[in-house]
Amino acid sequence: MPLSKRIIPCLDVDGGRVVKGVRFVEINDAGDPVEVARRYSEEGADEVVFLDITASSDDRETIVHVVEQVADQVFIPLTVGGGIRELADVRRMLNAGADKVAINTAAVNRPEFVREAAQHFGSQCIVVAVDAKQTESGCWEVFTHGGRRATGIDVVEWCRQMADSGAGEILLTSMDRDGTREGFDLALTRAVADAVPIPVIASGGVGDLNHLVAGVRDGGADAVLAASIFHFGEYTIDAAKQAMAQAGLTVRER
Amino acid sequence: MTVAIIDYGMGNVRSVARALEHVGAMKVLITDNLAELREADRLVFPGQGAIASCFSHIRDHGLAEELGNLLRSKPVLGICLGLQALFDFSEEDGGVAGLGLIPGRVERFPAGMIDGGERAKIPQMGWNRVTQHSAHPLWHGIPDAAWFYFVHSYYASAADDNNRSGICQYGDVEFTAAAARENIFAVQFHPEKSHRDGLQLLRNFLSWDGT
Repeated sequence: MPLSKRIIPCLDVDGGRVVKGVRFVEINDAGDPVEVARRYSEEGADEVVFLDITASSDDRETIVHVVEQVADQVFIPLTVGGGIRELADVRRMLNAGADKVAINTAAVNRPEFVREAAQHFGSQCIVVAVDAKQTESGCWEVFTHGGRRATGIDVVEWCRQMADSGAGEILLTSMDRDGTREGFDLALTRAVADAVPIPVIASGGVGDLNHLVAGVRDGGADAVLAASIFHFGEYTIDAAKQAMAQAGLTVRER
Repeated sequence: MTVAIIDYGMGNVRSVARALEHVGAMKVLITDNLAELREADRLVFPGQGAIASCFSHIRDHGLAEELGNLLRSKPVLGICLGLQALFDFSEEDGGVAGLGLIPGRVERFPAGMIDGGERAKIPQMGWNRVTQHSAHPLWHGIPDAAWFYFVHSYYASAADDNNRSGICQYGDVEFTAAAARENIFAVQFHPEKSHRDGLQLLRNFLSWDGT
């Protein structure tokens, strides 16, 4: 009986409310984080990810309260990302009830931060989030600041380095696909999944359930992340699991 | 009834406290105070991270001498590294002697295993099924082969089959996912993060008298 492949709904949180940006520009309100997280956990979601998309500018305490409220009522693993810049941020999120934190820009600015965080809190709670864009040469480049700033860093090499630094998991988002509903960038996912010894979560571009199947089967992802297809009731987590089971993938049944 | 979670500074134990409160624990303490740990009706022995620092934290918190006695004295639930620390020996950190309360060893998942047709990632991170190898009050109301949430790179193997209460397979390794001996029940997975069946296990722990 193999380990199951995880289905992870992602909640973008802005000012305490769940939103989902299409290509990070157009934003729609899709509900209260506690209610949404509880509904997903009842439907059989394997984890929930919160991304605080206003962390750089707005009041950062808001997300702490959201995490506390969710952790009081939802008993599946909870990852929080957005604005995690120093060890104190990691500690605050873990104390609020997060099981893992996702580190993105801060890892690029200072790669040693990932090593320090893993040493302090354990690799199991350190996720490195990587935003990738394909370059003209066919490789992928790491972007930061929600996809606005190029870094010149090669994605596959970066993921290897982060795994060596103690990251417990890679959350890999294709910025080319995010919001397009055309499916994951499978070549990107496969390249990273084959390059690192740690689990990889595929993200960016899910438009239907076959895309989730392809992310695992063809991309080699250990987990698949999606937002809009779940938030607006288009597909349930249950339906997603059935589609994956029918494709021969191991999923956790309710 | 008071449940004390042994606080020796390893990892986030608030999740365990929240889950116990959610299933009806009247009073949950997170403490390293020996008097409180002695008075509590039940003990939770949690843990995450590396085993050598686990034991050095236990020493730093002044619990090393009394821990063995405490863990023999009342119903105990070990979680994750709290399970691994109960065994005789762990090969982590160059080899570390454990508490020796359950005979057996802890080893690292070998590199290069295949799981479900793909290279098995280490740590095992995610939901896997636990086969109930022997009946125990803590399995009450939980279906056999139920799914639980795991995060670990090392696994325990109980030497005595009677102590193997739950079994899980990852790659080609079959390991002790739940160990039971007298007043101790210990799990490699995280019941506080395992939704309905995890909460049921915690509920069962609250009503278990340790026999």
